[in-house]
Amino acid sequence: MKRWRMLSLCLTAALLAGCSAQTAQDTEKDTAEGKGAAAEAENSTAPENAEIILATTTSTQDSGLLEEILPVFEEETGYTVSVVSVGSGEAMEMGENGEADVLLVHSPAAEEEFVAGGHADEDGRLDVMYNDFVLIGPADDPAEISTEAPADAVAAFSKIAQTQMEFISRSDDSGTHKKELEIWDACGIVPEGGWYIEAGAGMGAVLEMANEMLAYTLSDRATWLNLDLDEDLKIVCENDESGILYNQYGVICVNPEKNDQINHEGAKAFQEWIVSDEGQDLIGRYGVEEYGKALFTPNAA
Amino acid sequence: MDVILDGIAEAFRLIAGLDTEVFEVVFTSLEVSLVSLFFAGIIGIPAGILIAGHRFKGRHALMRLVYTLMGMPPVLCGLIVYLFFMRRGPFGSLRLNYTVTVMIIAQTLLILPIMIGLTVSAARERQEKIRRLARTLGAGRIQTMKLLLWELRPGIMTALVSGFSRGISEVGAVMIVGGNIEGKTRTMTTYISQLKGMGEFERAVAVGIILLLLSFGMNTLLYHFQREKLED
Repeated sequence: MKRWRMLSLCLTAALLAGCSAQTAQDTEKDTAEGKGAAAEAENSTAPENAEIILATTTSTQDSGLLEEILPVFEEETGYTVSVVSVGSGEAMEMGENGEADVLLVHSPAAEEEFVAGGHADEDGRLDVMYNDFVLIGPADDPAEISTEAPADAVAAFSKIAQTQMEFISRSDDSGTHKKELEIWDACGIVPEGGWYIEAGAGMGAVLEMANEMLAYTLSDRATWLNLDLDEDLKIVCENDESGILYNQYGVICVNPEKNDQINHEGAKAFQEWIVSDEGQDLIGRYGVEEYGKALFTPNAA
Repeated sequence: MDVILDGIAEAFRLIAGLDTEVFEVVFTSLEVSLVSLFFAGIIGIPAGILIAGHRFKGRHALMRLVYTLMGMPPVLCGLIVYLFFMRRGPFGSLRLNYTVTVMIIAQTLLILPIMIGLTVSAARERQEKIRRLARTLGAGRIQTMKLLLWELRPGIMTALVSGFSRGISEVGAVMIVGGNIEGKTRTMTTYISQLKGMGEFERAVAVGIILLLLSFGMNTLLYHFQREKLED
């Protein structure tokens, strides 16, 4: 008797699973073909195409920000955000290829180019928030940057090149890598030689590497604070008044004309939410409790 | 799909143009995988033959462990090795993380179970017969081992090629312990994943094709050896 009950239970479960899989498939097919009317009527609260692909930089993910704010957005709107965290360069590449719906990146010059190239929707790029870059180095600071150039990035970089202390470069075309190259450029130095280590890895991995090798590296402040490596490493240069260490993030909806798979409605909802008072407030509060100071400063217009 | 075709064309351009960056990466890959294969082989093959030829307590448990480790995710192997060689880890004072040496250590550990497992499989059925033959010929221990190696060579070749393929194709372990440093620890697989990250798809496909060509070369070698065996 018991066995039969078990069996029928299993069968029912299998049947149900089969049915729901079938409906899910149908819904997918419908939306793909652009006639999701039936699905819409069935479920009016959840958005028709609930999945948004957000291509973003490793820093928003590694700093823990997204983990904090995305659940709120998902809860409120019923969308599910799939985060692809890559370098800013790759994120925009994904946008260009129509592989992502919305971008959250920090490379303003490249972003303007992206918008000018017609890869964004009519709203272009919107400012979201900023934080800043900091130069990280070993606690004993052999290049003596924290004493001689604590707030002058160009002088600090020059000192590293002069003393040939190991410096780890992201070398991955990310926003941070572009910023680093911009600073070398401002120094009039072409970094090369055994001391200049080209890692080709994300921010978290490079900071770990700097911690192991006791080397210098450029990091965004949020990832640095989130990684908790201040036992052997420290900030040797920050708050440069020239503004060269400033790190602005923007949000861009990908041009929906790229292909019919792009979830423009979802992208728009995310863009509007992150620049709304509520989204901005959440950003401004992230990290206050844990680090005593916000990791990002919201600055949407 | 154009990307793949362009990638194939790019691969031949890179090979023909002797692109130094790519050749450096290919060299590091081969160095790491072949040296690892060498160490895993000189430990794993005799170990496999010994395990196959002796009955001892816990042999089944040991083999289950070996077979499990054959499927060890490279990224986990890399993580464990990394933790051992971290500055704060037990071997931290050696400062080996982010060097080719530690990549070889990680891959040796990754390949070793394959060498042992496949050698045991190859030796299990035939080694009894071969040993008996060696005894009737009056062979000593070392001569018996030599005869075993010779007679089991198709199986051992399979183990070698599987081990090499495992090493040359994995990305998880070398990425973690090596860190994909240009001109130092960058291998074909970590380079492909970086190129993908930079949106340079053609070049990524091109490096992938060079990787496949190398594997094809190794397999051709194996085929050659096995054919020889059949014609005996």
